[in-house]
Amino acid sequence: MQECRLTADNLACRRGDRMLFHGLSLALAPGEALQVLGANGIGKSSLLRILAGLLRPFAGNVASTGAIGLIDERPALDPHLPLGQALAFWQRLDGAAGDALARLGLADLLDVPVRYLSTGQKKRAALVRLIGQAAPVWLLDEPLNGLDRDAAALAQALAAEHCAGGGICVIASHQSFTLPDMATLTLAQYAA
Amino acid sequence: MTAQLAMLLRRDLALLLFGKRGGTVLPVLFFLAVAMLFPFAVGPDAQLLARTGGGVIWVAALLAAILPLDRLIEPDIELGFFDQWALRGISEESIVAVRVLAHWLSFGPPLMLASLIAAALLGIDGASLRTVEIGLLAGTPGLAALGVTVAALTAGLRGGTALAGLLVIPLAVPLLIFGAGSLAPGGGGGLALTGAVSLVLLAIAPFAAAAAIRAARG
Repeated sequence: MQECRLTADNLACRRGDRMLFHGLSLALAPGEALQVLGANGIGKSSLLRILAGLLRPFAGNVASTGAIGLIDERPALDPHLPLGQALAFWQRLDGAAGDALARLGLADLLDVPVRYLSTGQKKRAALVRLIGQAAPVWLLDEPLNGLDRDAAALAQALAAEHCAGGGICVIASHQSFTLPDMATLTLAQYAA
Repeated sequence: MTAQLAMLLRRDLALLLFGKRGGTVLPVLFFLAVAMLFPFAVGPDAQLLARTGGGVIWVAALLAAILPLDRLIEPDIELGFFDQWALRGISEESIVAVRVLAHWLSFGPPLMLASLIAAALLGIDGASLRTVEIGLLAGTPGLAALGVTVAALTAGLRGGTALAGLLVIPLAVPLLIFGAGSLAPGGGGGLALTGAVSLVLLAIAPFAAAAAIRAARG
C-alpha cells in the first residue's frame, strides 16, 4: 500500500448561513481509524467531503497524501446497466477488485440491473468499487446504512483489514462501528 | 490519462448513442418530423419549399439538439460519478471535452444523414444540400459544446430542463444565422463564420462547464 497521511488544520464549515463546526483539527497516520460521531445534520458528511477535497472548507486546510476513496449514499453505478457491467466500468478505470465480489455476496447478482437492487445490495456494490480502487485513505459516509447484520459485520471486517494493511479509515456514522484501536471524534464539541 | 479518457468516451457513447439516455433515434425522428410538417403548414409550392428548406433544416437541427440536454450532465452529478472521477484525479475539463465529443457523435452525423431524407422531403437541390451538409458539419460541434455547457449550468436547478432549452436557443442564434445564411446566393462566407462560432464555443465549453460542475458541489 502506498504511503498515506491525512491531516486537517483548524477546519470550519459553513453551509448557507449556518456555521456547522469550527476549529476542528485532526491527523491520521497509516493504520489509524477515526469515527466521526454526531446527530443528523451536524456536518459529518460535509466534513468527509471537505477531507475528500470535494467541498471547500470555510476556513482551515486539509493535506493528504495517497489516493482517497469515498463511499456515500450515491453508489455511482449506472442504474439501467446490469451490476456486472456497471462495476466493470470502475474495474477498467481502477483495476480488478479481486475476490471482493464473491465476499460481499454479489456474485449471483451480476446480471441484475442496478435499479432493481436493494439499498444494501447497492451499498455492497459500492464497497466492491472502493476495494477495487485500492486507495489507501477510505472515507466512509454512513457505510452501514441498509446493510443487514452479516454485511455490516463484513464491512467492519473489511475496514479492519484495510487499517491492518496500513490504510487510513474515517467513518462517519451514528451507528456503532467497531474497529480495533479506533479513535472517535464527537462533532458536537466543535459546533458553533 | 488517455486510457482513462478512452474509457469515459466508451461509457458516454454507450449511454448517449445506444443507451437509456435517449439515444440517437429520438432527435433524428424529431428532426424528420419537423421537416415533414413544414410542407403541410406552408403548402406544396415546390419553389417556396426549395428556397426555405435549408433554413427549416437548420431550425430543426437546432431543436433536435436540445432534446438530450437534461441527460447530458445532471444524472452523472446525481449518481455521484463526477465526485468519484474527481477523487481519481480526472479533471472536469477533460470529462466535459469527452462528453462534447460523445454528444456530437450521437446527434451530429446522424442529423447529417437524416438531412438527405429531409432534403428529399423539401425538394432541395443538390448544390444547396451540399451547402447544408457542410454547414451542419461546421455548426453541429458548436451546438454540442453549447448544449453540454448549458446542461452543466442548469444541472440541479428546478425546471432545469426547460431552462436549458430556453438558454440554448438565443445562444445558438449566431450559428443559425451564419449556417442558414450560407444558403443565400453569395453566402459562402457564412460557412467560415459558422465554423468560427463553433470553434469559439468548443474552446469555451470545457472550462465553463467544468466550473459549473464544481460550483454545483458547494
